[in-house]
Amino acid sequence: MVVFSKNPINSVLFLIFSFINTAGIFLIAGAEFLALILVIVYVGAVAVLFLFVIMMLDLDVNQLKGEIKKYYKVGIPIGLTILVEMGLIIFLDPFKNESAFLNKWQVNSELSNTERIGEVIYTDYFYHFQISGLILLVAMIGAIVLTLRHRDYVKRQNAEEQIMRDPDRSVELKDLRIKGDSQ
Amino acid sequence: MANLIDYIVPIAILFFHSILVLLAVLLMAYFGIYGERKIWAAVQLRRGPNVVGPFGLLQSAADLIKLLFKEIIIPQEANKAIFILAPIITCFVALSAWAVIPFSEGWVVSDLNVGILYIIAISSLGVYGIIMGGWASNSKYPFMGAMRSAAQMVSYEISIGLVIITVLLCVGSLNLTNIVMAQRNIWFVFPLFPMFIIFFISALAETNRPPFDLPEAEAELVAGYQTEYSSSLFMLYFLGELAATFLMCAMITILFLGGWLPPFNIVPFTLIPGAVWFMLKVATIFFLFGMVKAIVPRYRYDQLMRLGWKVFLPISLFWVVLTASFLFIFNLMP
Repeated sequence: MVVFSKNPINSVLFLIFSFINTAGIFLIAGAEFLALILVIVYVGAVAVLFLFVIMMLDLDVNQLKGEIKKYYKVGIPIGLTILVEMGLIIFLDPFKNESAFLNKWQVNSELSNTERIGEVIYTDYFYHFQISGLILLVAMIGAIVLTLRHRDYVKRQNAEEQIMRDPDRSVELKDLRIKGDSQ
Repeated sequence: MANLIDYIVPIAILFFHSILVLLAVLLMAYFGIYGERKIWAAVQLRRGPNVVGPFGLLQSAADLIKLLFKEIIIPQEANKAIFILAPIITCFVALSAWAVIPFSEGWVVSDLNVGILYIIAISSLGVYGIIMGGWASNSKYPFMGAMRSAAQMVSYEISIGLVIITVLLCVGSLNLTNIVMAQRNIWFVFPLFPMFIIFFISALAETNRPPFDLPEAEAELVAGYQTEYSSSLFMLYFLGELAATFLMCAMITILFLGGWLPPFNIVPFTLIPGAVWFMLKVATIFFLFGMVKAIVPRYRYDQLMRLGWKVFLPISLFWVVLTASFLFIFNLMP
């Protein structure tokens, strides 16, 4: 539905719906922390911005329909590859031998989900975590630098200056002499 | 057969609990509207609702009946499905967050381990009702209202999140019951007073309450995202907003004012049941919300964004670091 909706807004709404479904799958798997974080980050923030941008764009539905055919050549092979990969994983079960690896993480099962994730991230994968944080920081600064331009003709409000204004400094009394005044 | 009963009985109990909570929230909303109107009236030297029923107590019921029996008007150019879905989402989301709020010790529908995350997640969904409604109306002012609301709610969610993190640092648990129990010795409003102020103001912005009701600023945008809505769909928006407001009051109560705990743990105070204390605190915060609406003029949009990003975000981030360092240095980490 995300791909085949005619209206891009409907596509985004279905995308949000599938995010929520993913959170539901996490919940069923017992990972309530991950599920809720997924809802907060993806549904609550990322998808809102998505929706925001797509609503602002003035998209012509009919023109989009013509253009989508151009992408079939690329899209269909990618889709098929993913389908085959998923099929391979389900039928061949290559992760059979990995269960020993997975068992390693299930020692302290009486700890809650959240505590366990924190333990793994902040002890075993601390450097990876820090590096991913740095990468995000760089991306954020990059985005800000790309969009930040100081234009001289824009009039800005300086709140402190405005609050600190007082009549002594901003009002000047002048004696006016009007023509024909008999003083 | 026994299996079926094992399955049905807990669901029936859950259902019963949910209905009770729903009733409580709706009653709060009912008297909330009435009380709020009386407060504004008193501030503006008017009488407020005083015709329907004794002291005008039935005014809200009269409004409810009026809204229910009016005709639903859907604009011709509107996207019908999303137009109808939007207020339903707003109301559903605002009401469903109440499932994890503990009214008193053990008085909670679902005592989730990640309760506070659940509330953040659910209340971050609330923006969809508004943005969808504004877009589906296919009209100028609703759309601008929705755009404003989307940016505003996403911005203030960040400072709310950071304030909650500060509280969580002092508690060491995401469970709402544990958060309340951690305040047995001292309510968090005293050590974390600046955070309480920031949370209070962000809660006003998050629920589109005045002075931050820019999405529905009637002087600029008619009625913002709900301009095209009428009758019961409008009522759903109204109810959803009110339920979200009360949710924020309950959040402030739980995070800072010690939930159902009495102010002093001595005899005359401990005799009163916890739910009464909880309700009293929620009502006090709601009164403050009403007073703010009555006496503070509306913010301008760029001022709102400036306050959220340039004032609240740095202060709350600084307080998170400060609290963490304080707890770490003095070995108070829970």
